[in-house]
Amino acid sequence: MYRYDRYDQEMVDARVAEFRDQVQRRIDGQMTDDQFKPLRLKNGLYLQLHAYMLRVAIPYGTLDSRQMRMLAHIARKYDRGYGHFTTRQNIQYNWIRLADTPDILADLATVEMHAIQTSGESIRNISADQYAGAAADEIMDPRPWAELLRQATTFHPEFSYLPRKFKIALIASAADRAALRWHDFALRIVKNAEGETGFQVYAGGGMGRTPFMAYEIRDFLPTQHIFSYVQAVLRVWNMHARRDNIHKQRMKILVHELGQEEFTRQVEAEFQHMLTLDTDFPQVEYDRIAEYFTPPPFEAGLTDRIEQSEPGFVAWADRQTAAHKMPGYAIVNISLKPVGEIPGDISAEQMEMIADLAERYSFDELRATHAQNLVLPHVRKQDLYAVWQGLVAAGLADANLDLVTDIIACPGLDYCSLANARSIPVAQQIAERFADPERQKDIGELKIKISGCINACGHHHAGQIGILGVDRKGTENYQLLLGGSGAEDASQAKITGPGFDEAGIVDAVERTIEQYRTLRNPGERFLDTYRRVGMEGFKEAIYG
Amino acid sequence: MIVLTGNDLKTGDVVWWDGAGWSADVNTAVDVGQEADTIALREDAACRVNVPYAIKAEHTSDGVRPAHIKDRIRALGPTVRMDLTRRPDDAGAQDWVI
Repeated sequence: MYRYDRYDQEMVDARVAEFRDQVQRRIDGQMTDDQFKPLRLKNGLYLQLHAYMLRVAIPYGTLDSRQMRMLAHIARKYDRGYGHFTTRQNIQYNWIRLADTPDILADLATVEMHAIQTSGESIRNISADQYAGAAADEIMDPRPWAELLRQATTFHPEFSYLPRKFKIALIASAADRAALRWHDFALRIVKNAEGETGFQVYAGGGMGRTPFMAYEIRDFLPTQHIFSYVQAVLRVWNMHARRDNIHKQRMKILVHELGQEEFTRQVEAEFQHMLTLDTDFPQVEYDRIAEYFTPPPFEAGLTDRIEQSEPGFVAWADRQTAAHKMPGYAIVNISLKPVGEIPGDISAEQMEMIADLAERYSFDELRATHAQNLVLPHVRKQDLYAVWQGLVAAGLADANLDLVTDIIACPGLDYCSLANARSIPVAQQIAERFADPERQKDIGELKIKISGCINACGHHHAGQIGILGVDRKGTENYQLLLGGSGAEDASQAKITGPGFDEAGIVDAVERTIEQYRTLRNPGERFLDTYRRVGMEGFKEAIYG
Repeated sequence: MIVLTGNDLKTGDVVWWDGAGWSADVNTAVDVGQEADTIALREDAACRVNVPYAIKAEHTSDGVRPAHIKDRIRALGPTVRMDLTRRPDDAGAQDWVI
């Protein structure tokens, strides 16, 4: 993985010192909240319902055990013993004291981490396939490109005061594990007919109050021109963006107002101009970055056999592992969704136990996923049993990946100042309702995503079953949506009809699922059945 | 009644205007009536509190109860981590919020 050089470290250390001074001036009363707010947001510090919240960046979801142990240290020393993995592959802490923040950032800097680009009108932490560098189905590791873009855009003056936040995702496989088309700008590494490597480019996606899926704006961009192209897109957006209207500032609004064809035409024109400025990276710079992502020293001749004597382990291995590019290895998904617990939450002790497993069994590598789970990317199959035992000890051995209890949920009204309704209790009640492993297995793939407000941090627009919490005259109310997807078959979920109260939404979800079980053809996922029969096939079962 | 609330500048803790300063206990909140804006502006300008704002609340037998669920959650803490709330041993605290 990437390691800071002297310049990276100096920049991050300088930023910590700068923020330390800003915090002190705020505490001393030399700055008002209006003056301080944009400064703290540039360092990932929010003010939420109960306290300050610090969101720490995990670039493209990759971290090592040393960094995970630091995250545990921060949870224990400065917070209340836990952290929360987010839908953007970051981690956030809910109980931060302002005066501690500079020390936290200084501690993070010692392990090459920071909280820059986790808030504000910036290019946010770039997300990527959590299986990058390990997946059997990828063309190449996409992370060197993500790192290159991160370095080129962080602190770039042209991208420091964007009209609104800008989210980029990057993958290198036909399977989409990063919700590509729900991003402002997304890249899929592909090969053309000549066997050359390039990018398929999407633009204009996003969730929130006005959800749009991104259009494809280029089917093949030679890799060497990626920075020119990114700049062209950002410049077209910057030129037209409605900075006067907060609801129209995101690039998705511009793309869909101009239309795919016109937006693409303007980007291509600006791209031709950018090419004359010669701002693309030299190959040597890509090579320098790519060297950090050299595959670990995989062993040859390993067995593919997996221990079969213990049913609990076999069920876990069957559900939680994915195909690795190297024979004898597997990708391990760690569920942060134990039934009844808070999706994405993890204690300091659990972080340390997982760090130990990564160090011992996964070449010291870990990944965070946008589905609020973790990944050990490179585990020998012969070590899976030991890893499972470690996860059992950590209380994180649930075998529910992509099943009904593997629910994405934003912090909701329990923590978030923007929320209108609580998300977590709904997720917990649904998980408890469907806790029986056999019932989950029978239902099969079913991705439930819950947001506590229209900002959609819980990705409800992309939920096969989505739930949106709203405020109805001071009372929590929940809208039910069906048919969304964040995968390669991306689609936007549609609202079923009138909303429900907290107990009612759990019952409605159960009726929806039971109707699916009644209607499904052999081999059909929930989403397949929904697409075949449409909303009408479910409405009567939901509303009676 | 109208009460003033905000977040402590240094800790971010939820605080309530008790007539003389800011308290972490919602039950100490006083009715500020027409003075809400004046007090909020003064305290904000003096950097003694973050983003103070006025809310409706009522006096009940249990004390001061904010009218909106968001402020009741602010007064108590996260309903999904009762151990981290201001009433960790109170079985009725959840009902007070909902």
